[in-house]
Amino acid sequence: MSSPPLLSVENLKVFFPSRKGRLARAVDGVTFDVRSGETVCIVGESGCGKTVTALSILGLVHAPPAMIPEGKIIFRGQDLLGLDEEDMRSVRGRHITMVFQEPLSSLNPVFTIGYQIKEAIKIHNNPDKEELDKRCVDLLRAVGIPSPEQKMSDYPHQLSGGQRQRVMIAMALSCDPAIIIADEPTTALDVTIQAQILNLFSTIQKQRGMSILYISHDLGVVANVADRVYVMYAGTVMEQGSVTDIFNAPVHPYTKGLLASLPHRSQRGKRLYSIPGMVPDPSDKPKGCPFHPRCPDSMERCAVYFPDKMYSCGNGHLVRCHLAL
Amino acid sequence: MCSFQAKTTLVKTDMFADIIYKKSKTKKRLVRFVRLLRENRLAFSGFIVFFIFLFIALSGLVLTSGRSPVFDPAHIRLQEKLRPPFSRANVNILQPDEIPPMGIYIFGTDNLGRDIFARMLQGAWVSLTVGFVAVGISVIVGIFMGGIAGYFGQGRMLWVDTLIMRLVDIMLCFPSFFLILTVVALLPASMYNVMIVIGLTSWMGTTRFVRAEFLSLREQDFVKAARALGLGNLRIIFRHMMPNALGPVLVSATIGIASAILTEAGLSFLGFGVPPPHATWGNILSDGKNFIFDAPWLTYIPGFFILIVVLAFNLFGEGLRDMLNPKLREDR
Repeated sequence: MSSPPLLSVENLKVFFPSRKGRLARAVDGVTFDVRSGETVCIVGESGCGKTVTALSILGLVHAPPAMIPEGKIIFRGQDLLGLDEEDMRSVRGRHITMVFQEPLSSLNPVFTIGYQIKEAIKIHNNPDKEELDKRCVDLLRAVGIPSPEQKMSDYPHQLSGGQRQRVMIAMALSCDPAIIIADEPTTALDVTIQAQILNLFSTIQKQRGMSILYISHDLGVVANVADRVYVMYAGTVMEQGSVTDIFNAPVHPYTKGLLASLPHRSQRGKRLYSIPGMVPDPSDKPKGCPFHPRCPDSMERCAVYFPDKMYSCGNGHLVRCHLAL
Repeated sequence: MCSFQAKTTLVKTDMFADIIYKKSKTKKRLVRFVRLLRENRLAFSGFIVFFIFLFIALSGLVLTSGRSPVFDPAHIRLQEKLRPPFSRANVNILQPDEIPPMGIYIFGTDNLGRDIFARMLQGAWVSLTVGFVAVGISVIVGIFMGGIAGYFGQGRMLWVDTLIMRLVDIMLCFPSFFLILTVVALLPASMYNVMIVIGLTSWMGTTRFVRAEFLSLREQDFVKAARALGLGNLRIIFRHMMPNALGPVLVSATIGIASAILTEAGLSFLGFGVPPPHATWGNILSDGKNFIFDAPWLTYIPGFFILIVVLAFNLFGEGLRDMLNPKLREDR
């Protein structure tokens, strides 16, 4: 804890108005930080607010209808929520950038990939044409695209899914950002390609020393890439800790449930475990701990009172549950 | 030394391969486009008629202008009035420079003895320019307004969208032909005023569907990705989203040309269009209607050509829509 974290999100809340004047509390008090050079994972089920958190870091949630009543997003000592659109734009791409889930729809179908990468380079600095070509080829080579000179004049539909995601990563790298937010970048890819992309991420990180905020629902992937893990449920962080703590000694029943629902070789032929019940509707969350209706270890006080701070289990392993006391 | 040479040749072949690769790709696309076009027979015939029309209009411009044009659309020969098509000019009573080429009035003459073929040629150019310029204006205005409205159709900038779309509603309230009539009647008569007025009263349709297209494009990931890279709003609208919305715009523009030609002909017929003595298909028709029983060709000929050209543009536009719609086309 010597140097301040590169990016820290403090008690961030993002609400959307839903029907009948109610509020969908998509992100409800999330706190986490990313230090330079590390890979931080945010894990959680669909609809737990992972993507909204990521988008709000870049200021990409449309601000009405969405509301951000509370919270801070501090990047290099500056609160990003306080910036206007103009300043925010200079942060996007240059300092923080994002790789999205669907590599096909994230590339503009009417331009060649060379054009799109060059454009990404040109936004924040303007080299001459030869330099631009050279940097574009270098980027494509860095992300492992074969014969980059030729591929530059290809359109997105002419590439395979893995290649498209590599191109997206190349675009994200174009301005040497400090943080890459990867929002489930391997979900649309098959397993072999997935492994290649994950390797690519870790190579790039080693070479350039950047931080990665990796958002995923895939615990297998998380175990592979993460240094530290945040487990999110219903808009809040339930448990956080180093990847070994989370996977070897989970404390929160939700984390335990997630890990138990992974297929395992020793349980061959048996039914897979699944956490009973459904993710709560973000505009109609249960009182107390949002997980208590589904929790196998739920106690009386869980329905009444949700701990407003995280309990430490030592060594940076924090849990928001009465059981951890 | 040897390795250096090897390297340069390598680079050269690489470059060469690259050029061939690029060329073959554009060629392939062109071939595919032509094949698709030929499969759709109606669209293909529309396309052919369009090219013939383009050629005629361009040659018409050359042949009917200048000090002593080959076909003189304005020369009056009262002795030769209301001659039917393909009649021979009376060489004995005309001056040598009054005689039409080959001595034949291909489409006959009107009540002032003017050569209808020459007038049709001159009118073709008017129809073509009115069609293209008016549609050009309406498409530019429509894309701009629709793009802005669609992109900002949410959140803090919602008022921009509301403002533009209500303006569209207001403009659509007026029956456009009467609006055009009123405006043209107030302005000094000229070909350019007619084009501008037609263009400025027909952008609403384009605006509406460009906006609709943008509303769906805006939610696409590549727009989000462009924003995540730090691109500006205007650049995203006009560089990234616009080309994706251009297909349907092209289709409606093609059909729009047909209706602009028709509107111009209607205006000329009513005497509000391009001022005489400049010939347009509309005013040939209008002049001819007084002699419909004595000289039916004066109405049938311009009427027929308006029909053909408008039909061709409509067919081509619809064919283009089918071709650009990947769902309706089987990729083989």
